[in-house]
Amino acid sequence: MTIATSTENSAGPSAGGAGAAPAGVIHAILRTPVGLACLIYLAIVVVACAIAPWIAPHDPLFQDLHAIGKGPNAAHLLGTDMLGRDVLSRLLYGGAYSLGGVLTAVVVLLIVAVPFGLLAGYAGGRVDRVISRVIDVAMSIPVIIILLAVLTIFNRNMTAAMIVFGLLGSSGLIRVVRGNVLSVREELYIDAARVIGLGPAQIAVRHVLPRTSGAIIVHVSIFAAISLGVQTGLSYLGLGVPPPAPTWGGMVGDAATVIQTNPWLLVPSGGVIAITVLAFGLLGDVVRDATSERAKTATGRTRLARRRGATADQKPAAAVVRDATAALLEGPNSAALLSVRGLTVAFGADDAATTVVENVSFDIFRGECVGLVGESGSGKTVTALSVLGLLKRVGRITGGSVSLEGHEISGLPEREKRRFRGTEIALISQEPMVALDPSFTIGDQLAEVVRSHARMKNKRVSRAAARKRAVELITAVNIPDPEVVAKRYPHQISGGQAQRVAIAAAIAGDPKLLIADEPTTALDVTVQAEILDLLRSLQAKNGIAVLLVTHDWGVVADLCDRALVMYAGQIVETADINRVFQLPLHPYTKALLEASPHLAVEGEPLPAIPGSVPRPKDWPTGCHFAARCRFATEDCLAAPVPLLKVGEERASRCIHTDQLMPEGRLVPEAVR
Amino acid sequence: MTQLILRRLLMSIPLLLVVSLVVFVLGSLVPGDPAQTILGVDATPDAVAALRDKLGLDQPWYAQYFHWLSGVFHGDLGTSLYSGEPVVTTLAERLPVTLSLVSLSTLFCMVVGIGFGMLSAVRGGFLGRVVDTLSLAGLALPNFWVAVVLVTLFAVKLRVFPATGYTPLMTSPFYWIVGLVLPVCALSLAGIATIAKQTRSAVLDVLDRDYVRTFRASGVSEWSVLLKHALRNASIPVASVIGIHAIASLDATVFVENVFVLPGMGSLATQATLDHDLPVIEGVALYFTVIVIVVNLCVDIAYGLLNPKVRTA
Ligand code: SF4
Repeated sequence: MTIATSTENSAGPSAGGAGAAPAGVIHAILRTPVGLACLIYLAIVVVACAIAPWIAPHDPLFQDLHAIGKGPNAAHLLGTDMLGRDVLSRLLYGGAYSLGGVLTAVVVLLIVAVPFGLLAGYAGGRVDRVISRVIDVAMSIPVIIILLAVLTIFNRNMTAAMIVFGLLGSSGLIRVVRGNVLSVREELYIDAARVIGLGPAQIAVRHVLPRTSGAIIVHVSIFAAISLGVQTGLSYLGLGVPPPAPTWGGMVGDAATVIQTNPWLLVPSGGVIAITVLAFGLLGDVVRDATSERAKTATGRTRLARRRGATADQKPAAAVVRDATAALLEGPNSAALLSVRGLTVAFGADDAATTVVENVSFDIFRGECVGLVGESGSGKTVTALSVLGLLKRVGRITGGSVSLEGHEISGLPEREKRRFRGTEIALISQEPMVALDPSFTIGDQLAEVVRSHARMKNKRVSRAAARKRAVELITAVNIPDPEVVAKRYPHQISGGQAQRVAIAAAIAGDPKLLIADEPTTALDVTVQAEILDLLRSLQAKNGIAVLLVTHDWGVVADLCDRALVMYAGQIVETADINRVFQLPLHPYTKALLEASPHLAVEGEPLPAIPGSVPRPKDWPTGCHFAARCRFATEDCLAAPVPLLKVGEERASRCIHTDQLMPEGRLVPEAVR
Repeated sequence: MTQLILRRLLMSIPLLLVVSLVVFVLGSLVPGDPAQTILGVDATPDAVAALRDKLGLDQPWYAQYFHWLSGVFHGDLGTSLYSGEPVVTTLAERLPVTLSLVSLSTLFCMVVGIGFGMLSAVRGGFLGRVVDTLSLAGLALPNFWVAVVLVTLFAVKLRVFPATGYTPLMTSPFYWIVGLVLPVCALSLAGIATIAKQTRSAVLDVLDRDYVRTFRASGVSEWSVLLKHALRNASIPVASVIGIHAIASLDATVFVENVFVLPGMGSLATQATLDHDLPVIEGVALYFTVIVIVVNLCVDIAYGLLNPKVRTA
């Protein structure tokens, strides 16, 4: 069974459109030690309590006057209480009462919640609205007081109380079931079932219910834990069966009256309640983890792969082959603004690290704009972020150097990194809407950035001055009504404006280098052009250098002086922009250009590169592009391909560049 | 925002009706004669009939309900069947105790839970495991048991806190707080655990967001990132957990007040249950429901204050 259930967390039903049959859930429980232990414990307790009359060593009511308040001993394994009654026997008999109460509540819960949840989710419309309203109200009912009322009315009948408890608790489960049904309902095979002609009830029972079972089990086990707490609490108060009949809660109550003389009695009674509650609770956690884990593997993988460039998969670091040219590279170029040499980045823990960026070297000079181009998964964003030392916790730089105006910055402690972030190198992220804190106004956020830059330079800027500067910055990025916009929250402005604000934040510290990670990808086409214009004018006016991370050749052509093409963690080609467009000297660059929508000839089908970027753990020893390359030969896979110099200030990581060149022109030479 | 609060208040009217009605309907289902139950089996038929008449028991349940309901609008919740005192008077004496417990516990859980959660989010490792263990304990140990253990340890053995009793705030703020230390601790274990857990996951979630990267990339200090941006954004989901805890601790006062013999509404309700005192139960249910409504309202307002999307909507 490869499908898993989506379960509701506090935020609501997860959108994982996968489900698990009950058998799968049980299998998942049995596989984890904790789940197995809980299940075994619960099984033992339930069975032992159920057959208490046959296995209890003593009559629970028999008062042994010779053994009053004794600790554990051979005759009484858990000792005796102050009336000389055997504690173990009382626990066994009392358990039948307490667990019976839990069972009652759970059964009522299921009988009420499952059909109503299915109904609300499946019928939708007015039925759903009515049920949801009722649930909203039911959720706010003070449960314990109602239970007390029930106990008053039904003359301390605990069964009645637990039935009501199940009833009141069902609103939570109805929500869970409804949420799951809603997400399952949208799926194709439900439509298929409808086409086959199954009725709604049949579909619900046959298709929807099995896939909701994981979520139901999670909820039920947590509910069982809570109801045991409530049941024992009520018996503790003496509101259930009257003494001398044994109950778990009542035994805590008895123990409480003699804590001075015999504190031991609190241990078995409290212990059995605590461990049983814990077992129910942990069981719920295990099922939740198991089901959400599998939902993740089923549906989340592609998303993860896309976002992180498929870096989550692991490959032993030892197996990574270092680029043969590493030793031949020249040292950092101190004339450059930014000089990156042999940058290598790995994700994951030491013993299972996967290299995701391999031996990347490049320079950026003052005022120039360099495009870092490649498909998703090529490692370009990771490269850009590691320059700033902003990799997420899982990623770290494992080799190479990053130097800014001749000073090494890659190994600096976090405090020192703050000295150059924003004031030397600044960042513009891909998605402007999430790049701003939703809880603060635009003006506040910009002012904060302004003030922290000042603090870094040991200057003080008053709130009012920072505020004024914020408005100036908003003006500088050409947003109309800067005063008004400053008072707005991120959700009140458009995506294009948000990106302008992000740019304003980035230029607040007068940086020399701007790293722009796909700055226009999330925006409308018309807005894209405006943002690019803004970047260009900033570059011209303030002499800022830009490292533009993008997969869009149009953007590169529009803005950049040079291009760095990345593929599967490596730089595969670097050249002046005009020459790249005229004559790409790496098969990947060529294929990318051919696939680019901006260069496609109208009316002709758009060429796409067959295949996809290999995941880091699948990188071959030889050329990373070999699997998709139409010029590939056996030599390409034999050994790592170094970056080869091809003509003036150009390099390509390909041994067959001659294939790409018009007859008899440049021949690749010297290793670089 | 104002609209949201108004809508909430409107929705609470059916809630109050439902709760009181449920208690009433359940009451009408009781087999046997409440008057007889009150007076005991030895009572003369005349006395029972007189009491039935006085309580309006001969009328159908809906008539009784409307009678009670119209009383509510005049601030009259009937009289206790047991003590003969007006329910309103009794509840007025009891309310401050329960409110003290719930509000102190909520405050305590907030401070400690958020503190723990932040620390474990940032430091991770050991503290994270402490929070995990604590939350298991908080989930597993029944509060009445914790209460008994606290009494044993700190009141009986060490004698640092009183085991029982309540001093009104107005009489002596010092003894008020000293007397409430142990009950509040017993009420708070579970709350601290859940709030710490929620805070940790919310903070970790926020720290992964792009805007945190934006601030870090702009050289904003880590303190500001944590205490201003992470905490502020994490507080939105945490607020709802705090509300849930406040409501849970209200329920838990029923148990804890009994252990510490505090004269609150919870112990009153327990006694009323043992005494079959339906008007008192009905009164307590009404008050509890109102408190739940107020808590939910506070959470909504907190949402509004914390989340500009709600506030400016
Ligand atoms: S080295 Fe070979 S496989 Fe790699 S890009 Fe060049 S031709 Fe293609």
